[in-house]
Amino acid sequence: MAAEAGRIAVRKTYKLYIGGAFPRSESGRTFEVRDHEGGFLSNAARASRKDARDAVVAARKAFGGWSERTAYNRGQVLYRVAEVMEGRRDQFASEVRLATGLSDAEALDEVDAAVDRWVWYAGWADKISQVRGGVNPVAGPFVNFSVPEPSGVAAVLAPQDSALLGLVSVVAPAIVAGGTCVVVASAAYPLPAITLAEVLATSDLPGGVVNMLTGQVAEIAPWLASHMDVNTVDVTGAPGGLADDLAVAAAGSNLKRVLRLPPAAWTAEPGVDRMFGYLETKTVWHPIGL
Amino acid sequence: MRFEYAPAPESRSVVRLRDSYGLFIGGSFVSGSSVFKTISPATEEVLAEITHGGAEDVDRAVAAARHAYERTWSVMPGKERGKYLFRIARLLAERAREFAVLETMDNGKPIRESRDVDVPLASAHFFYHAGWADKLGYAGFGPSPKPLGVAGQVIPWNFPLLMLAWKIAPALACGNTVVLKPAETTPLTAMLFAEVCQQADLPPGVVNIVTGDGDTGRLLVGHPGIDKIAFTGSTAAGKEIARQCAVSGQRLTLELGGKAANIVFDDAPVDQAVEGIINGIFFNQGHVCCAGSRLLVQESVADSVLDALKRRMASLRLGDPMDKNTDIGAINSRGQLDKITSASQAGEEEGARRWSAPCALPERGFWFPPTLFTDVASSSPVAREEIFGPVLTVSTFRTPSEALQKANATQYGLSAGVWTSKGSLALEMASRLRAGVVWANTFNRFDPASPFGGYKESGFGREGGRHGLEAYLDVVATDVAGTVADV
Repeated sequence: MAAEAGRIAVRKTYKLYIGGAFPRSESGRTFEVRDHEGGFLSNAARASRKDARDAVVAARKAFGGWSERTAYNRGQVLYRVAEVMEGRRDQFASEVRLATGLSDAEALDEVDAAVDRWVWYAGWADKISQVRGGVNPVAGPFVNFSVPEPSGVAAVLAPQDSALLGLVSVVAPAIVAGGTCVVVASAAYPLPAITLAEVLATSDLPGGVVNMLTGQVAEIAPWLASHMDVNTVDVTGAPGGLADDLAVAAAGSNLKRVLRLPPAAWTAEPGVDRMFGYLETKTVWHPIGL
Repeated sequence: MRFEYAPAPESRSVVRLRDSYGLFIGGSFVSGSSVFKTISPATEEVLAEITHGGAEDVDRAVAAARHAYERTWSVMPGKERGKYLFRIARLLAERAREFAVLETMDNGKPIRESRDVDVPLASAHFFYHAGWADKLGYAGFGPSPKPLGVAGQVIPWNFPLLMLAWKIAPALACGNTVVLKPAETTPLTAMLFAEVCQQADLPPGVVNIVTGDGDTGRLLVGHPGIDKIAFTGSTAAGKEIARQCAVSGQRLTLELGGKAANIVFDDAPVDQAVEGIINGIFFNQGHVCCAGSRLLVQESVADSVLDALKRRMASLRLGDPMDKNTDIGAINSRGQLDKITSASQAGEEEGARRWSAPCALPERGFWFPPTLFTDVASSSPVAREEIFGPVLTVSTFRTPSEALQKANATQYGLSAGVWTSKGSLALEMASRLRAGVVWANTFNRFDPASPFGGYKESGFGREGGRHGLEAYLDVVATDVAGTVADV
């Protein structure tokens, strides 16, 4: 963030992203974000319990409309995210490089992989039903078919060790089928997450489908895991002991679906486990006969 | 009551017609040995000069496709192939109005249909298949299905751009390259599509377009360098190709004619059913292989349905296809008009009673009024043969089994329609109708995610959806022990 000669740079304020708006934390708190060498980058909002609850309300409010969009339309919106993100390629690369110390080329690779991940999930939107649903040959005069439907609102704890690709890899599968989510960004790398939120805000994604919180996962996550209006928790970004506690709280409160997937390299093709983890199966019976 | 409408013509200014169009081979436009002209069927004005592809041209196109297949397309990772298809989908959407106007000029269909159906669906078809390009291992054809090679594709004139999309999008998504021959009377949107391929920076030779007539089509499907043939058109031509492939071993899918029954039960909501009947047979002037050309009405409601149907037919607006209020556009060619006219005359001579909507026909161009036949014997040619025009036959039935018997008494099996408010009856009929697509309380619905294709002499193979990928994948020689591969 060096000042250009003769001109003082206009620095960005990094805030939360809730319900399509960028509010500060209601608590008024911030925390210092430092680059990989310890230099000051920015202050980021430190989300509170109330921010998390506000985010759940926004996600629930957005669920109806987003899940009722056609799968084709959701695919187009996710693809639009990729398009808009590609346009900010250099900005993301710069933020990733500063935060992580990756080389220019490595940072660009991470950004490109993140854009491609959106494209990958965009293509899934109108294919999930044909791959995961189907007609069931019941022994009687009935048409019986099963279709996947989104579980609802998810709390997604983004991986702590990835500045961008890991974040995209956990957010996209949570929303592609019509679910909405509250994301807790990596505590060390919150700035690319907020820049991603700016992309989401300008990509025809309805406000509230993705809500981005920055702060301490240990402080926020327990409130999300025990929240009675959250349906699924992805505990990827929680350290082992905390993940256990969260899983217990999530299961014990309202039988949340808990995603605890084995660690994988974010650069590998994702597979469908994570995406399918956000789905219910609905089976419909209808008689056949004159 | 009759409403008068002021003319509301769509502007042609969005289209920049060239005087002549070459063939699209190896990524650029090249000239051929001879030319022909394409006209507007609504005005008979000459629109442009088109190159007639001969044997040498087909050779060059197949060689370009082979080269692109081996060097570029089949070895490119699926996710990168997909990006090209996404680009094409977006470019089609961006230039949608231009494509719609050009399609209407060259084909004669109402601008409302080309604008709201043909072009958006074509774009959607590319968007849908773009997503499959890197997910073929999930499609249910083994973990790492492979492409077939070079596809030779011949398409009809009724949905020129949409049929192009149905052919090219799945072929490319699965890793094949293509040589496509558009119909003789409707080549223009295919040539504009070639420009889109250039704008998308699609590698040269992945898509090749050779214009011409039936002879060019025969040269293409008979070419030994073609691994897979996909044909949409008449059942007679389809059988000719099937005979050839029976010995050549080329992979083949056919989407041919139809004579669909549209069955209306006495508990169907009449107004909704009438709209469905109208849409079923008069959409695109009836130039639809899956058109609901045989109306079967339950006897107890036959009179009321027929009255409502005639009332609705009389309100259809026939005329300038460029007018946004037009319902019925021009018949695509003089030849097709002659076929429809003679089939209708044959129907009258066989004793069927003809009724045509009272509408004035423009002096220039090719036109046929919305027409229905009653008192039709099941054996009458007008009730058995595909007319491919705005001509509906009406007969009655008493029981569901009689309706099924009549509906299935055809060599075709592309589609069928059922109108009833009883869900179990609709599903019972759907399960017993021998047709590849059954619409219940709707008709002529299309979606890239929904497989389309026929039973019996309506062809084989499906286009669209997960099932449609099979036509462009080598599903026999997959490595079942392998892992999901990025084809």
